[in-house]
Parts: sequence; structure tokens; C-alpha cells
Amino acid sequence: MPVLRVHSAGPGVTVQDLGRPGWTAQGLSRGGAADRLALLEAAALLDQDAGLAVLEMAGFGGVFSTDRPMRIALTGAQMQASIDGVPVPPNISQLLAAGAKLTIGGARAGVYGYLAFAGGIVTAPVMGSRATHLTAGLGRVLAAGDSLPLGEDPAPDTPPRRLDIADRCHGGIIRLMPGPQTDLFDKATLARFLSTPFRRDPRGNRQGVRLDHDGAPFGAASGLSITSDLIVPGDVQLTGEGVPYVLLAECQTIGGYPRIGTVIPADLARVAQTAPGTMLQFTLLDIAQADATAQSDADLLRGLRQACRPLIRDPHDIADLLGYQLVSGVTAGDDLERDGDGTQG
Amino acid sequence: MPDIASGHGNSDAAISPLGMDGVLVRFSRMLSPQANGAAHGFCDAVIAADLPGVTEVAPSLTSVRVGFDITKTNRDSLTRALRALLAGLRDADPAPRRLWRIPVAFGPSHAPQLAEAAALAGLTPDQAVAEITAQRLRVLAIGFAPGQPYLGMMPPHWDIPRQSELTPKVPRGALVTAVRQLIIFAADTPTGWRQIGQSAFAVWRPDSDRPFALDPGDAVQFHAVSDDTLRDLQANPNSNGGATCEVLR
Repeated sequence: MPVLRVHSAGPGVTVQDLGRPGWTAQGLSRGGAADRLALLEAAALLDQDAGLAVLEMAGFGGVFSTDRPMRIALTGAQMQASIDGVPVPPNISQLLAAGAKLTIGGARAGVYGYLAFAGGIVTAPVMGSRATHLTAGLGRVLAAGDSLPLGEDPAPDTPPRRLDIADRCHGGIIRLMPGPQTDLFDKATLARFLSTPFRRDPRGNRQGVRLDHDGAPFGAASGLSITSDLIVPGDVQLTGEGVPYVLLAECQTIGGYPRIGTVIPADLARVAQTAPGTMLQFTLLDIAQADATAQSDADLLRGLRQACRPLIRDPHDIADLLGYQLVSGVTAGDDLERDGDGTQG
Repeated sequence: MPDIASGHGNSDAAISPLGMDGVLVRFSRMLSPQANGAAHGFCDAVIAADLPGVTEVAPSLTSVRVGFDITKTNRDSLTRALRALLAGLRDADPAPRRLWRIPVAFGPSHAPQLAEAAALAGLTPDQAVAEITAQRLRVLAIGFAPGQPYLGMMPPHWDIPRQSELTPKVPRGALVTAVRQLIIFAADTPTGWRQIGQSAFAVWRPDSDRPFALDPGDAVQFHAVSDDTLRDLQANPNSNGGATCEVLR
């Protein structure tokens, strides 16, 4: 069985998949990738299914290698990456040669980067998932010296592919839908909330991110005497200080602080990927508008698969460009795709 | 605006969206044994109805979230089906299915805020322990953390507030109280609730084939043990914290 070796790791590298749905009644939130879309993008690039388990890297990557040739993909936050010194662009699939050192540095944009292997990480599932759930104490962050089992790459000779994705690492307008407690906030408070620019605070993790703003705190009319109720990822909860937190994959399942609305799933990755200091603002959809944005994971993955294209490499990115015969004029013209990328590593 | 439908069988029930793939049926904004019972009864009814496209049914203190698969049903169809269930809702059998008896140490080293909590309830520490151990409490909800029970309700004079400051850490198995409820903590955790005892009972056992000990609706009765007894229970990983479980129905 192929093995992934962790030579060094940033402080928040974990194994993630799409999480464990179905345990809310028992107090365990779904968990899984903080940016689910990035995981589906990796699955599409590597032609894997939505259950693929990957490494999630919060802010900083590490140094990794495998003992077999294995296609990889880097999605999510834009992280500086290289294989034995040769830069690796994001959102492509490419081959990592056996023993080659993949070095992933800090995030240049976004927060959560994903490193996926075509064979997937195949640690033993717990309750149907391999996802590390830090607040529940399931799994742990990875450290130098760890080894993880990988599945075999079913098709290592598949030519590299790329996926063009829209930026979701720079904040912007985030769409909310109403929830059961939206009407605890009076009209003036709700209007002020929707007209306020927020800054992502440095305080944040897989459970939720704190937002800062100038001006008065946001309070609910009924104060803090609200009966604790069910919470879902995306809920925007106002703490006792009147500061909003957007709850993410590892949120608590029940809570007492009031929630003004829920970030729609299509925009939640953008909240997770907004780096500290970046601006966000909310807009409120009605229920029909919100429901019209719903997309199943299966549909999302199907669309992403269709959007994958063969990689046409920019000659600037090719380290041994001078090794190619560029001017002889006797080739079929597809050398780079046919030969170059399969062995670049 | 969010309350898009009201039930006929229970005039207090409201149906709201809770996320793209769920609706919340809420029986009351205030916790009461009646509202909690209605939520549990409705949760059971939704599970029994086996509605098409329903993926998850989860109760909290006074509400139930019904999750759905957006490829198999939609909010309107599900809301209509839930409204029909509400209209036909009969009073559920309020009797608990299981009774847990759980040892708790109330000695000073395990109950740092017992005296303070007792005073807020107008009791001496001994009276407080006597009232806690006399109650057959119910699991009102499981939540916040895996397997963690909200137990209640204590008599009205136990309606004591949360602290304004958080205690940085209380240990797993700690018994804490606020607002007529008790909680046994699933993990070492910061809290605004006051610690009034310590059990060796694990409500969350991720490595076991039964990772969650308690179910919503279970009954729980505590009994006092000495600090020495608790230490022995904590030292024995197979002791189940000394808890016993009796199936009632």
C-alpha cells in the first residue's frame, strides 16, 4: 500500500473528507473540509468520487512525499508549492514522483489549502468518515514523522488537467438566508447589520470565524434568555458581546446565543477562505431566492468534472525547456502534452 | 418572516428554515417539560413516518430539525408533510425508555462551586445534594458537544444564572448546573456553568461501538459517592463510571 510521509507540517494539517452527516441528535456536527468546494474540485481534477479524503492545511502546508508515483492536486487557498524546487501551480493535477519532496508553504490568498492524492488517504474510517473533528476529539493534527496510508492511483498515466475556478479568497458580498431566530432582531438592527462592512478577525478556526466591525454591537430584542436551539454550519451567531461569528464545519450542534441568519452553502467556502483583515458584507435573500441556489454535492462534482481541461503548459513553467527540440519542425506539435507532463513530476 | 407555517395540532408550533437542507419545527421559545415532551414526541413521529427524502431528524430542548435531501424532496413538500404530522400528533408516551443511575462525588475537591450554586438556589450544600440525588431527571437534549446531555428540569428555585466569566476548564465527567438544568461534560471544556460535582461516566466514547451513551428522553438519577469511590471508578476504564442502565419499556 502506498504511504504518504509527513516530513514537516504546519500547525493545522488534518485529514478531511465531506464529514459525518447524521449525528446532530447525538451532539456531533458533520465536520469535514472547511471549504467543501475545494475538496470537490480536487476530486474532479483527479477523477475521484466525492468521498475522497485529503489533507487540509490551515494557513501553512509542510513537506510531504510518497513512495509510489501518485497524481496530486492542490486546491483551495493559494499556497506556495514546489516539487524538488520546481513550482507547482494550484488547481491542476500532476504527477508526484516516488520520493520527490513536495514542499507547501504559507497561504498567499485564502486560508485552507487542500492536498489531494489520486488514490485518496485511506486511514480507517470512524463512524463512516475519515474526517478529523478536532472539537470532538476525533483524529488529530498531523506532525513531522507521521505516515498515512494511501490508495493506489488507479490511473497514474492520466495526462495533467486543469480547472479554472473563480476566486473565493477575497471576501466580498456573502448571501444569508433567514433562520428561526432572524425575527428576534428588530428591523433597524437587521438593516444596520446588512449595511455594515465586517473585517475577518484573526480569531477563527474550523468551528467558526469572528468578524469585527466599527460601531455598536448587534443585540437581539430578547437578550440572552433564549432557549438553546439547534445550529447548522453557516449560522451567523451574535455572542453576548454582540459580535458575529460565522459557524463552520465543526460548529457546536446546539447553542444559546441568537443567530441572525445562515450563510448559504454556495457562499460558505468564501467565508472560510477569507483571510484575517479582509472585508465581508452580508445581503439577505428570501427563502425562495436562497433555495434556488441549492446544489447537491453530486451535481457540483458533475459540473466540476465537465469543467476540467487538459493542461496546456506555459513554456515559462517548464524547467528543462532547453531540453526540448523546439525548432526542428518535424514533430506533431503535441510533445509537451504527450511526453513532457507525464514525466515532469 | 421565517415562520412560514404553523401547525394545527399544536398551536404553538412554528416551522422555519434552518439551513438550505432543513426545517425547524419549534414548539416553544421557552423551555418547559411540556414543550420538551412535544419535541421528543414529534421527533419520534417524524422518524416513524419515514417521509421521502428525509435525511436526519434531531431534537433539541423545544424543537426538532428535519434535514432533507434536496435532490429527493423540497422545502414546500416537506413542510406540508410535517404540518400534517403536527395536526395528527397525539400525546407521546412521556415515560422514559431507560433509567441510568450514575455515581457522583460532591466532595469539595470535585465540587468547587457547589456552595455558591446552592446559595443561589437558597439551599445549604447538603440540601442541594439531597435535591439533586432525589430527582429523576430527563435527557432534555443531547448537544453542543458529542453525547453531552442537557438534564432537567430541577425545581424552579434552581433557575440560577450562568456566570458572567467563563471557568477556563472543568474536567470531562464534571457535573455542572445553570437555569434548572444539569450537564455532564463530554470533554475538558471552558464553561459559564458552575461545577457542583464530578462523575467518572463517559457520555462520549469515540472508540466504542456505542459512541454515545445517552439518548434523548432517557431518565437519569444521580447518587452520591465518596471521593475515594470516584477515584476507584476513574482508575478502572471498564467500570462505566459505576453507572447502571435499566431498560424500562
